[in-house]
Amino acid sequence: MTRTRAAIHGWLLLLPAMALLALFTHWPALATFIDSFYSTPRPIRPAHFVGLANYATLADDPIFWQALTNNLWFALGTIPVSIALALLMALWVNDRIAGRTLIRMAYFTPTVLPMIAIANIWLFFYTPQYGLLAQVLGAFGIASHNWLGSQDTALICVMIVAIWKEAGFFMIFYLAALQQIPPSLAEASALEGASRFYYFRRIQFPLLMPTTLFVLINAVINAFRTVDHIIVMTHGGPDNATSLLLFRIYELGFNFWDTSLASALTVVLLVGLALVAFAQWAFLEPRIHYR
Amino acid sequence: MSMRGESHVYAPAGGGRLIETVGAWMLALLWILPLAYAVWTAFHAPEFSTRFAPLAPLTLNNFERAFDAAPFARYFLNTVILVTLVLGCQLVLCTLAAYAFARSDFLGSGVAFALVLAQLMIMPDVLIVENYRTMSFIGILDSIPAIALPYVASAFGIFLLRQTFKSVPRELDEAARVEGAGPLQVLLKVYVPLAKPVYLAYGLVSVSYHWNNFLWPLIVTNSVESRPLTVGLQVFSSGDQGIDWSIICAATLMTSAPLLVAFLLFQRQFVQSFMRAGIR
Repeated sequence: MTRTRAAIHGWLLLLPAMALLALFTHWPALATFIDSFYSTPRPIRPAHFVGLANYATLADDPIFWQALTNNLWFALGTIPVSIALALLMALWVNDRIAGRTLIRMAYFTPTVLPMIAIANIWLFFYTPQYGLLAQVLGAFGIASHNWLGSQDTALICVMIVAIWKEAGFFMIFYLAALQQIPPSLAEASALEGASRFYYFRRIQFPLLMPTTLFVLINAVINAFRTVDHIIVMTHGGPDNATSLLLFRIYELGFNFWDTSLASALTVVLLVGLALVAFAQWAFLEPRIHYR
Repeated sequence: MSMRGESHVYAPAGGGRLIETVGAWMLALLWILPLAYAVWTAFHAPEFSTRFAPLAPLTLNNFERAFDAAPFARYFLNTVILVTLVLGCQLVLCTLAAYAFARSDFLGSGVAFALVLAQLMIMPDVLIVENYRTMSFIGILDSIPAIALPYVASAFGIFLLRQTFKSVPRELDEAARVEGAGPLQVLLKVYVPLAKPVYLAYGLVSVSYHWNNFLWPLIVTNSVESRPLTVGLQVFSSGDQGIDWSIICAATLMTSAPLLVAFLLFQRQFVQSFMRAGIR
C-alpha cells in the first residue's frame, strides 16, 4: 500500500514538469523524426510519406555539406582555443597578481552580455574603411579588407567573437577547480624540486580533467546551438561561408518554409550531438581520475 | 609562503611575475575593449564614433534618439515579463519535480528521471520547427507565453535542485514529519529554506539566459507587443538606423545595461552562482 502511495505522490509532484517536457521536448523530438520522412505540407498537396527522400535531398545539397563543414571547423577552431584561454585566465587570476579582481571581471563580462549585443559591436570592428580593425591596421599602412564580406575571413571572424564570448565563462569553472586543489600538493612537489611547469603538467592539469570534460561537453553543445552572432553579423554569408547547421535549419524552416527538410536536418544535428556526447563519455570518462 | 595561509610556492617571482602580470592585463584590456568602445560611442556625438578624442563632450542624445526611433520601453517591459514568467514557473515546477526525485524511489522514477535528462541533449533551442508548429496549433504565436513555454520545465533546474535536496539530512525531514507536517509542508519548511543559495544561483543563470536569448523569440514573435529586447534590438539595428553606430551602441548598451549593472554590483554572487550551477 505505501509503495502505491509513494508512487502516486511522486507522479503528482512530477506531473506539471513532465507534462511540459512531453509537450515541448519529447513530442517535438519524436515529431521531428516522423516529419523528416514526410513531404512538407502545401496548400495544394498535404504531407505524404516520402521515405528517405528528404535525407537524399540533404545529401545532394552542397549548402548542407558546407554548413556541416563550416560547423566542424567552427567547433574545431573555437573549442580548443577558448578552453586553453580559459585555463590560462584561471591560472593567472588564481595567482595573486596586481588587480586580479578587475582582471577577473574583465574576463567574465562577455558572459553576461547578450550575444546579439556583442555581435553588433563586433560588426562595427570588422567594418571596412572606418571600422576599428581597419583603422588600427590602416595606421600600420595595411590596406582595408572586407573581413565579413570575404569568404576567406568571414568564418574566422565569427569564430573570434565566439571565443571572446566563451573563454571567460569556462574560466570560472577552472578557477573553482584550482581553488579546490590542496596547497599541500604544491608544497610537496616544490620540496621534491619540481618546476612550476612540471607541477602544472603532472599535478594541476590531471586534477583538472573532470572540469575539462565538463567544459568540453558544454563547449561542443554551444558550438552547435549558438547562431545569434551569425544572424546578426553575416546571415550565413558571404555565399554560405558562415552558415552553421542550426542556422541552416532556421533558414530552411523559416525563410524557405521547407519544414520537412528542416526536420531531417534537425535529426542529423541531434544524432550528431548524441554521438559526440557518447564518444566523450566512452573515451574520456574512463581516463579521468576523479578525486 | 603567503601570509593568508594559502600555499604560493609556485607563485611567480621577479621577471616571471612581471611578464605574467602584463600578460594578464593585456588580455583583460582586449576582453573589455568592445564594451569600452560601445560605452565611448554611446555617450559621444556620432562624429566621434570613428575618431578617438579624449576631451570630446559627453552627450545622452544617442539614447534619446534610440528611444524615439524604436519602442524600447515596451521591449524592456516584455523582457521583464518574460524573465519573471520563466523563472517563476521554473522555480515551482523544478522544485516539485526535484523533491519527487530526491527522496523516494517510486515506481517509474528511474524512467522519469531519464526522460528529464533527455532535455539536456535535446535542447529547446534546436527543436524550433516543431515547437513553432505546436505554438501555432495552440494559437499562441506571437505572445510572451509562447517564448517562455518550451523552457519552463528545465531539466537543468530539476537536476540542480535534486542534487541539493539529496544533501539535506534525512533527520530533518523525519523530525518534521514526526511533528505532523505533510509532504508539501516538509518541502516548504525544510528543503526550500536550505536550498536558498542554489535558488539564487539558478535564478541568476536563468534570468541572464532568458534576458539574452534570441533565436526562439525571433522566430515566435512578430509584433512590438511581444518582442523582447534582443529581438527589438535586431529589428532596430537591421532597419533604417543600420549605419548610425552611435544609436546602435546606445541601444546595445540599454539592452545589456540591467544585467551588466547587476553583474557589477553583485560580481561575487554572479561568479559563484555560475560556478555552483556548473559543478554538478
